[in-house]
Amino acid sequence: MNGNGNAHHPGDGDGPGPVAPRIPAPRGAADDLGPGAAPARPEPGAHTGRPTDAHEEPSEEPPVGPASGPDHGPGSAPPSEPRSHAVLKSLLGAWALAACSAEETEAVEEHLTECAGCAEEALRLREAVSLLHPDENLDLDPLLRTRVLEGCLVRRPARIPVPLWAAPYDTETARLDALLQDFGDAEWHAPVRLKWFEDTGQQSRRTTVAGVIAHLMAVDGMVAAVLGLDDPLGPDAGAGGPHSRTERFWAASADPVTRRVREPWREQSHTLLRTVSFAGRAADTLTVDYGPVALPLADAFLERAFECWVHAGDIADAVDYPYDPPSGVHMHAMIDLAARLLPGVLAGRRRAGLAAPAQGLVAAGAPGRTLRLEIEGAGRGSWDIALDSPAAATSADHTVAEIALDAAEFCRLAAGHIAPDEAAAGQHGDREAIRDVLFAAASLSRL
Amino acid sequence: MAKDAPPRWDRRMQQRLARGEAAALGELYDRFASLVHGLAYRVLGDERAADKITREVFGYIWENPDAYDPKQGSLRAWVARIAQGQAVARLRQTELGRGSREELEQKVRMAQAAARADYIVTSMPAPLRAALELAYFQRRDYRQAAADLGVTEDEARRRLRLGLQLLSTAYALAGEGTSPPGWGTAR
Repeated sequence: MNGNGNAHHPGDGDGPGPVAPRIPAPRGAADDLGPGAAPARPEPGAHTGRPTDAHEEPSEEPPVGPASGPDHGPGSAPPSEPRSHAVLKSLLGAWALAACSAEETEAVEEHLTECAGCAEEALRLREAVSLLHPDENLDLDPLLRTRVLEGCLVRRPARIPVPLWAAPYDTETARLDALLQDFGDAEWHAPVRLKWFEDTGQQSRRTTVAGVIAHLMAVDGMVAAVLGLDDPLGPDAGAGGPHSRTERFWAASADPVTRRVREPWREQSHTLLRTVSFAGRAADTLTVDYGPVALPLADAFLERAFECWVHAGDIADAVDYPYDPPSGVHMHAMIDLAARLLPGVLAGRRRAGLAAPAQGLVAAGAPGRTLRLEIEGAGRGSWDIALDSPAAATSADHTVAEIALDAAEFCRLAAGHIAPDEAAAGQHGDREAIRDVLFAAASLSRL
Repeated sequence: MAKDAPPRWDRRMQQRLARGEAAALGELYDRFASLVHGLAYRVLGDERAADKITREVFGYIWENPDAYDPKQGSLRAWVARIAQGQAVARLRQTELGRGSREELEQKVRMAQAAARADYIVTSMPAPLRAALELAYFQRRDYRQAAADLGVTEDEARRRLRLGLQLLSTAYALAGEGTSPPGWGTAR
């Protein structure tokens, strides 16, 4: 129950002291917590129909406890005049919850003094009310998942493990799903501004929390398609990068996108993990083509994990929830991917006239100018970035600049959430090279 | 979500667990962790202890997927039963010697009723749950609840009564055997 407190307990003891047994009589009700009970959910005692459907047929004979006589069936209450036993009985639930009018309450309580059957049920329902309590909304510690799963795998190693490179995606999708767990409609429709960096400036696009999940699903779908799974955009989705796929998916979805997007998104992420668990070596040969870059499958999973975290952060900001960064190990892997992509992005920007020209040709594999990237905090590490060509080797002797950044700050930069010239980076050396690398890092982002 | 997972999902999950598929274990956790943790917390009232029970329950299931018999009910019900069994066993352990035997039994009974009630609430048909939620947590009377739900007043009364009847079975069964056969004990 997702109530937010305010548990109120209908005043006990102000009733007319029903002549009922103090302890409710045991019922012959099925309860699936009971040993050997078959039903998937509790059923009311005398109700042998389909419990799930009961509510759809108000006309159906109302299920009642053993205390009921042949007189059940609320029927429509007469406008006034003494109420029938059946009507009073039908009010017992509302009465126990203090959810009927004062006049009805009085009528029910008077009835309880003279009807032992109803008095007994009334007591039982009141006791049941005391079992209701606001959901404490105890958020599961996201780290518990990893601990529990690791503990299990120690006890019994997996015969079909999830590939190590898919672990960040597994963790991040589970974290995001847990964040969504208690969202009501207000949260699902909370506005979110997605930000990214293109060429020379920040871009943004307005959507909602549900729209963000649709975006993740549309882009995850590119990975799904590579694995031969159903594309959420349909079999004729054709080519198109993340941006155009997202726009098309939004256009094809209900407007506005609703919470119903959660389940298919989650199912797709589960299916992706299951599929790569079975893919084995075959996975090594697959690449996901994002347009400007094509990533090997393992890197694509890492990239999707990064995006999932970044957008989970966007969502958390939109609804004012806290959201932690990934574990240091996973963050390190994400930063490592960014560092490996940087020389290629740099070269692309250079071709587009957005970065300073290379300083002299460097033969493939030969050492070229190098920038040292020092990342601090969780996920820390240092990376040498080849400045002149993706094919060039890095070299300590040719290091012309150094940037020091906090891991979270670097990720914000690579996510396009902060402008390159605003990144809080310690810098040292060739300013042009530093500027080019910071801009290239921001250019890793996209919708 | 997925409260009404079809039995097919249950059986397939069991098969996947049995063949040692780690991805299935992750899915199992994603579906049932809050149920398990919530029940354990309801019984023990302690988050750390509930974490520990959660580890034990999933460890047990992962090691013994064949202990689940789909003919006996849903996977969800089975998982809940294991969780409650483990939590109650732990409660007995921690409370042992802290009071009289009767006090201990009373405590166990109350904890079991509370845990069953939680399970019943989360498993009952959504319309009943929604009606209870409106009447109890949002303090709507049954007429307002009827309007909110778009049903007749008769129907609103019926849902509130039926919802409470379901809930009251938590008490009725709380006194019964605390470790029904087939639960197994996790190490």
